[in-house]
Amino acid sequence: MKGIQIFLFVFVMWILIIVGGGLLISIIAPMTISGYGKIDSILDSGVKALIAMILVIVWIFTLSKIKNWIFKKQIKN
Amino acid sequence: MLDKIILAILVSAISFFSVYITTPFLIKGLEKRNLTVKDYNRIGGAMVPRPGGPSILVGILASEFTLYIFFPTSEILAIMITTSLAFVVGMIDDRKVLGGWFKPVALAISAVPIILLGTYNSHLSFPLFGSVRIPELYVALVIFMIPVTGNTINSIDVLNGVASGFMTIASFALTISLFIIHNYDIALASLPLGFVSLAFYKYHKFPSRIFPGDSGALTLGAMYGVLAIVGHVEIIAAVALLPAVMNSFLFLSSVKRIIEHRQIKSNPVTHTDDFKLMATTDKDAPVTLVRLILAEGPMTEKQVGFVIFKLALFSSLLAIATACMMEIKI
Repeated sequence: MKGIQIFLFVFVMWILIIVGGGLLISIIAPMTISGYGKIDSILDSGVKALIAMILVIVWIFTLSKIKNWIFKKQIKN
Repeated sequence: MLDKIILAILVSAISFFSVYITTPFLIKGLEKRNLTVKDYNRIGGAMVPRPGGPSILVGILASEFTLYIFFPTSEILAIMITTSLAFVVGMIDDRKVLGGWFKPVALAISAVPIILLGTYNSHLSFPLFGSVRIPELYVALVIFMIPVTGNTINSIDVLNGVASGFMTIASFALTISLFIIHNYDIALASLPLGFVSLAFYKYHKFPSRIFPGDSGALTLGAMYGVLAIVGHVEIIAAVALLPAVMNSFLFLSSVKRIIEHRQIKSNPVTHTDDFKLMATTDKDAPVTLVRLILAEGPMTEKQVGFVIFKLALFSSLLAIATACMMEIKI
């Protein structure tokens, strides 16, 4: 099948979305920050947003590595 | 339920036939005013009218307005306003050469009506794991989503028929997904996007009689983004769009900055003697989806288009599978 690696890459992207969502919901979302008074909610949201952004960067980095691995032959060409 | 089925048939027919009927007039009008661009992938470089955005917008507004008469909801209003604003952004870009940052910023502003009308739900739903409430972050997501979907569709508008064909497949997958998660009202509102794209594809397919231009591509992409937000199917919508997302990802990771396609100095694709498309060997040329498809050997423009449609079908199936998985919790 022509371009099988591209289909594989799309599939990997899908898996990474599901795994990323799982991490976000089961680990990051239940976290709570307290003990800082009025700024508790802002701090809580800020830390979660920061972790989410780090996750996105990790996602892009992982995808980039997978891209190089899957398309090694094509990129060399 | 019967009234909704009748309405679904009515809006589908209005959206399809408005584009089907108005586009030939638009083609003639554009040719008369000499608003044409060269199709570099065609032997002899035929001049093709551009932009097709006006007929796309007519189809969307005619059908969504009909729907609004029967169901006057803020969601439909948000779809109409944001899509129209994205069209204006595209029209400006079609007429004037603007910087790479203009479109993302202007499209972000187009998303403001969604927030003002309060047509979003700050819960982000994921398959298998449930949903997470992100009130502050979600507003940022709304602002971010319209530029992303708009520019993603615009970035795959590189070959005859690809943007409209891709959008037809992805939007019907979105409609099916909305039905699966029982969001019937937005499923109804999403039907025009698929039928408008399908009608426009008739004129946009190889050999193109009209190009959608930025106004057409951004209108389609922005409407897709609004539907994802008001229908609470952000993740499903992203999955259906994966080949186009991949194209943007490959492009950005190779050029490492936000630039317009016209600013690229080295073309990723070249032609063989028999005018087939061939991946360039230029190391400075960006890596794109088309270049990767062509890495296996030269192909005709039509063949490359069909490979992209197969990828769109594959990601659409994954999107529908994701919608089914929304019902399952682990």
